[in-house]
Amino acid sequence: MTTKSQELMHWIDARFPLTSTWKAHLSEYYAPKNFNFWYFFGSLALLVLVIQIVTGIFLVMHYKPDASVNASGIPVAFASVEYIMREVPGGWLIRYLHSTGASAFFVVVYLHMFRGLLYGSYRKPRELIWVFGTLIFLALMAEAFMGYLLPWGQMSFWGAQVIVNLFSAIPVIGPDLSLVIRGDYVVSDATLNRFFSFHVIAVPLVLIGLVLAHIVALHEVGSNNPDGVEIKKKKDASGIPLDGIPFHPYYTVKDIMGVVGFLIVFSAILFFAPEGGGYFLEYNNFIPADPLKTPPHIAPVWYFTPFYSILRAVTYPLFGVDAKFWGVVAMGASVVIIAFLPWLDRSPVKSIRYKGGLFKAILAVFLVAFFILGYLGVLPPTPGRTLVAQICSVLYFAFFLLMPWYSKLDKCKPEPERVTFK
Amino acid sequence: MSIRVIKTLKRLAAIVLFAPALALSAGAELHLDKAPVSSDPAALQNGAKVFVNYCLNCHSASFARYNTLQQIGLDEQQIRDNLMFTGERVGDLMKIAMRPAESKVWFGVTPPDLTLIARQRASEFGSGADWLYTYLRQFYRDPARPTGWNNVVFGNVGMPHALWELQGQQVAKVTEHEDGTKSVALELATPGRMSVEEYDKTVADLVSFLVWMGEPMADKRKTIGMYVLIFLAGLFVLSYALKKNYWKDIH
Amino acid sequence: MSVDQKMDSGRRQLLVATSAVGGVAVVATAVPFVASLTPSERAKAAGAPVEADIGKLAPGEMMTVEWRGKPVWILRRTPEMLASLEKTEPLVSDPASEKPMQPEYAQNKHRSINPEYLVAVGICTHLGCSPSDKFKVGAESGVGPDWPGGFLCPCHGSLFDLAGRVYRSMPAPDNLEIPPYKFLADTRILIGDDAKA
Repeated sequence: MTTKSQELMHWIDARFPLTSTWKAHLSEYYAPKNFNFWYFFGSLALLVLVIQIVTGIFLVMHYKPDASVNASGIPVAFASVEYIMREVPGGWLIRYLHSTGASAFFVVVYLHMFRGLLYGSYRKPRELIWVFGTLIFLALMAEAFMGYLLPWGQMSFWGAQVIVNLFSAIPVIGPDLSLVIRGDYVVSDATLNRFFSFHVIAVPLVLIGLVLAHIVALHEVGSNNPDGVEIKKKKDASGIPLDGIPFHPYYTVKDIMGVVGFLIVFSAILFFAPEGGGYFLEYNNFIPADPLKTPPHIAPVWYFTPFYSILRAVTYPLFGVDAKFWGVVAMGASVVIIAFLPWLDRSPVKSIRYKGGLFKAILAVFLVAFFILGYLGVLPPTPGRTLVAQICSVLYFAFFLLMPWYSKLDKCKPEPERVTFK
Repeated sequence: MSIRVIKTLKRLAAIVLFAPALALSAGAELHLDKAPVSSDPAALQNGAKVFVNYCLNCHSASFARYNTLQQIGLDEQQIRDNLMFTGERVGDLMKIAMRPAESKVWFGVTPPDLTLIARQRASEFGSGADWLYTYLRQFYRDPARPTGWNNVVFGNVGMPHALWELQGQQVAKVTEHEDGTKSVALELATPGRMSVEEYDKTVADLVSFLVWMGEPMADKRKTIGMYVLIFLAGLFVLSYALKKNYWKDIH
Repeated sequence: MSVDQKMDSGRRQLLVATSAVGGVAVVATAVPFVASLTPSERAKAAGAPVEADIGKLAPGEMMTVEWRGKPVWILRRTPEMLASLEKTEPLVSDPASEKPMQPEYAQNKHRSINPEYLVAVGICTHLGCSPSDKFKVGAESGVGPDWPGGFLCPCHGSLFDLAGRVYRSMPAPDNLEIPPYKFLADTRILIGDDAKA
C-alpha cells in the first residue's frame, strides 16, 4: 500500500537524494553508543552558530556601521546599538542573544576541543576533521574580533587598534599591511565598514563552509568515543558496528536534552547577567569610541586572553628582530600548533582512559598553564605577572612540542576490544 | 626515568598552581560606598526630577526618550508639566541645546552623555552605581582647580559640584601616614540646604534613576527570564524522560 | 522503520508532549524577532500626533502638515466649494463614504468634523502619489470645462472632489484617507489623535 506521502517521497527521491541523505547522516549513521557528557558540545556549537546567524540577520536590519558623530556628538554606530537596545521592540533580547552567544560559542568550542584532546579524537583517521576544526577556531576568532569593533565603544576601538598594529610587527611588509587592513592611518570609518562586511558576510560564509567540511569528514570516518576504540572493527552480519547505534533517534533525543540543558544555562546568563560580570560585555565598551583617549586598562575579551598573554610574554628581541615581532609569531604559532596535534601524538592509545600518569600529569599542567594565561591576559602586566606568563607560555608550547617524546614514553594501559558501556 | 620526570612535572604543577598568588599584586585601590539603589517609583521619580533640574543642562541623555519615563509611573501630562522645560514633544530624546563642539571649547571637555553612565562606571571596585553614589558625595573645595572644586573619587575632575547648594561645601583634610600614603577625610565646612541624610537620600534617588536609565528594560528582562527558566525546566524534564525512554533499548 | 514499530504508548505520549512544548518554545522565540520588525520607538515618536494652527488659513486656502512622514492637507472650503460637493455626488464612486477610509465622525457628506475644514491624507489611494490641487473651476483648471474644483493625481490621472472623494472609473479605488483628528480649540487641530480628553 502506498500512501500519498510515500508517493511524494518517491517523487522527490527520484530528483533529490532526500531519503538517502537522511539515512546516511541520521537514521543509518552509526555512532558509538558510549558517548558521554563531553559529546554534547559539537551539536551545541552548531546550535550557537544558528543563534548567531539568526540574531545577526536581525541586528543588521537596525545597525549602522558609521563612525561619524550625530548631533549629540555620539558616533552613529554606537548610537545604533543603543537604538537596538532601547527603541527596537525586542531588540535588547536579540542583541543580548548575540553578545552572550559570542561568549557561549567560545565556551562550547573550547570544551569541544578539550574533548578531542581527552579522547584523542584527532588521531588517525580523523586528522582532517581536526585540521578543519582548527580552521573553524581561527575563523571564529577572526569573526569575533571583527564583530567586536562594530559597537564602536572604547574597547572596540582600542582592541582593534592594538590587534591591527600587531601586523605592523611583520618585517618589511608589516606597516603597509596594517595600513591596508585599516584603510586609514588610524582605526576609522573605513575600518569599521570593512570589518562589518567581513563580519556579516565573508567570514560567516567561510565558517559555514568549514563546518560542512568538518561534518562531512566526520561522517566519512565515523565518530571517535571515550574509549578511543574503532567501532567499525567489530561489525555484525549486516555490516552494522556492534557498538554503534543510529544517530537518529538515539542521539537526536539525547542532543535535544543537551540543547535544553544548555539553553537553561545560557538563558540564566542572558536574562540575569548579560554583561557576564564585565567579561561578556566590557564596561568600558559602554563609552563611545574616543580616538584621543585610551582607557586606563584595556584587555581583550576573555576568549582571546590566553593567546594575548603569550603575545605579551615575549619580551626579548631575537636575531636582530624586535620582541614585538616574536610576540606576534608566538601568538600565531600558539593557535596554529593546535592543528599539528594529530602528528605530534605518538601514543599507542587514543583515549585518556588508557593513557599513563605521565600524559595525565602533563595534560593537567597544560590546562592549568592555559587557565593562568587566560587569567593574566585580563590583568594589566607587571614584571611578576610577565614572568608567570613566560613560564606558562613555555609550558603551553612544551605540551605540544615535547608530545612526540613523552607520548611514546608514557606507560599506557591496554585498550579494550569493545567500548565500555554500563 | 619516567618516575623522575613525573616527579619533576608534579613539582612544576605545584609551582604553576600557586602562580596566581604571585600574579595578584594589587594596583591602585578605589574605595567606594555601596549605593542603596532602589527600584521604588517614588525614588526614581525624585531622581528623574533631580536629574532634569541639575544634570540635563550640560549633560544629555540622548538615547532616552521623555516618554519612557512612563515606565517609572509618570503619565505624559506629568512628564510635560514637571520634567520638560524647553517645549519639546513628549516622545523626544533627552537632548540638550548645547552642541558638543561648543561645550568642548567652554569646558575643555564635552560633558559626557549620561544615558549609560551607570553602566560605564562599573569596575572591579564596585558597580557603576557605587561609583556615582560615592563620586556625587565626595566633592570638596580646592582653590587650585579652575572650577574651585575637586573630587576624591575622580581626581582633578572637570565638572564643578552641580549639587553644592544642596550638599554645602566640603573641605579635604589630608593626612600623611608614616608609610608615605595619604588619606583624605572630608569635612562639611558650610552646610547646604539639605542635611547630610537628606542629601545622601537625594543622591541615592538620582543614582537609582541613572541605573534605571542605563537599562530601562532590566526589570522586564528579569521577569521574562524567570518565565523562560521555568518553562525550560519543564521542557528539560520532558526531554530527559524522552531520552530515557528511547535509551532503554540500548544495552 | 523499526523504531516506529517499537513505539509504545508511553513513548508516543512523551514524543507528543515534548514536541508540543518544544513547538511552544519555538513560537515564543519567534516573538521578539517578529516584534523587531514592527515600528520602533523612534518611528512611533516621529509618528506622534502633530498640532496644526489654522488661525491664519483664509477661505479657499490649503495648508499641508507632515504626519508620520505623509502630507496631511487642511483645506478651508468656501461656501461655493462646499456647494460643489452636491454637484459631484453623482460623479463619484463612493458618495456616502461607505468604505472605511475615514473615522466615523467624518462619514458624512463633507467628510469632516467641521464642514468648513477638510482634513485628509494627501496620498492617492491608487499607488501612493500625492495629488495636486486643482481648485480653479471650468476650463481654466486645465482638467475640463465642467470641472467643479478638486484634486488630480499626476501619476495616473485619478480625480478627486473637494471632499477627497474619487470619481468613478478612475485608477484609484477609494476616497482619500481621512486621518484621526480633533479640534483642540477653534483654530487648533491635533492630527493623529482623536481620543476624547
